[in-house]
Amino acid sequence: MSSATYKARHGMGRRVVAQALVAHDGFSARYDLNRLQGVFSRPAHKLVGQSYVDRVLVLDTAKGGVATAWMLHEMRSRHMAPAAIVFNTVNTILAQGAALGDVSMLAGFDGDITALIPHGAMVEIDPEARTIRVLEGAETPPADGPARVHGPR
Amino acid sequence: MKLNEEERAMLAGEMGFVARTAIEHQVKVGDFFGATDFVPVTQAHIMADTESLGQAGVMWLERLADARDGQVRIPTITDPRGTDFEKAAMLGQADWMLELERRAIDAFTRLGVSMTDTCINYQTVQAATRGEHVAFGDTGVVVYSNSVGGARSNFEGGPSALSAGLTGRTPRYGYHLDAQRQATLRLRVDWTPQAWNDWGALGGIVGRLAGNYWQVPVIEGLDRPPTSDELKHFGAAMASFGSTALFHLVGVTPEAARLADVGGDRLPVAQRIGQADVRALHRSYAVDSHIDVVVFSAPQLSLYELRTLAAMCDGRRFKKPLLAVTSPQVKPDCDRFGYTQRIEAAGGTVLSGMCFYQSYAREMSEAKGWKRLATNSAKLVNILGGYGYVPMLASMEACVQAAQTGELA
Repeated sequence: MSSATYKARHGMGRRVVAQALVAHDGFSARYDLNRLQGVFSRPAHKLVGQSYVDRVLVLDTAKGGVATAWMLHEMRSRHMAPAAIVFNTVNTILAQGAALGDVSMLAGFDGDITALIPHGAMVEIDPEARTIRVLEGAETPPADGPARVHGPR
Repeated sequence: MKLNEEERAMLAGEMGFVARTAIEHQVKVGDFFGATDFVPVTQAHIMADTESLGQAGVMWLERLADARDGQVRIPTITDPRGTDFEKAAMLGQADWMLELERRAIDAFTRLGVSMTDTCINYQTVQAATRGEHVAFGDTGVVVYSNSVGGARSNFEGGPSALSAGLTGRTPRYGYHLDAQRQATLRLRVDWTPQAWNDWGALGGIVGRLAGNYWQVPVIEGLDRPPTSDELKHFGAAMASFGSTALFHLVGVTPEAARLADVGGDRLPVAQRIGQADVRALHRSYAVDSHIDVVVFSAPQLSLYELRTLAAMCDGRRFKKPLLAVTSPQVKPDCDRFGYTQRIEAAGGTVLSGMCFYQSYAREMSEAKGWKRLATNSAKLVNILGGYGYVPMLASMEACVQAAQTGELA
């Protein structure tokens, strides 16, 4: 059992507890996802085939185009969005998309957050405190089940 | 954020629902990035194809338009739509897609947005100038305007670009600030490309090396100033592969007359890039000799690209579909100069006002059986893998030949 906590420089949204999907890779809703099926679909992506729905995505950097600014909102409307997204480096589009789509977000850490958070761990995101806390550190594959979101959506 | 009287009134709802919705969104984003205040902008450009918006995004737009208490305050234009209505059947697009597009267009129009439907507004509508603060969507538009024009924009997604149009301002952070525009990565090229696909591949390599939005590459070593179309492919691919919003070319782009002007003299050369690197990027996509479709898009083609394409189509008869996508501003000239007729006489199709990857690419693939796709756009090959395509990068000439033979040499 671990309770490691990491502080981000940027935070947005509400507190979330969910399972982490971790990879040192980029993220773009347009480039990387099959949004109808709720899985990573880009063949070269390290999370290809894995469901992102209701997970906390812990990734290196925001990539690609501007479409994600709309797409997070569209995914949220169908209950097919990630619970939160955590980046080493965010771009403006992902932040704008998180603002419209009501997806919690953290970005900017002193270390490589994709190396610090174990894949499959339960984590708590607190955007107000700008922290991500590991609730359990075991490297278990993400299982089905909704994220716990605190506050109205 | 520090707000002035007018901005506080907007936020309080005193200027209507539309203005309040827009500025609430902008404050949320500005606070996230630590913006101190707003900066006035002169133009906005909105990416808003309905594959991205979905029903939820269109309804969000309709709620704003239905409020009837606000319109854009500055010239506000649109990126490509999700279809060319005249050619939708040929693309295998369904009626519901077109209906969603019509609803989005209606809402935008009621909000005062001009439906230019182009991602090459810097070639066709009005280029932003050095120091001009703008709110542009489409990463290719932003990187070109920032780098080649010296304008100041962040990547503004559709909701943020529309909000900027509605309020006439945007949060002052990122590439609106002098400090963010200094180079952070110094690269040297040993080879100057000729073909557009090579410029795109070079841009893709630079983007990968840059790695994230906040890196600003400065590039030395080109043996001539690139043309607008070359820089279009270069920048669009760089933005696509690397999320890059600004680059400098020493002696070419306006903020980097000399290396020292952007702080590049204080950086070591991080990497040298040569022809072998560009060829290697091409090879990484060359996985099948057979193709199902040829697409020239992303960015939309200029009049000069269409002129070149028309000449390559003369005397050919295509076995495979060849799609050439341009803007509604260029298409009339393409028709008038006979380029459309020459491309379509060979069996190709010239499309207007859309972009291939923004037009329900996955559904088109399923409806038309298009999987193996040849293009000269490095940006397009970087995007389409996630949509289930096998995209391959080649010169325009090789792609035209592939449309004729069904095989990419």
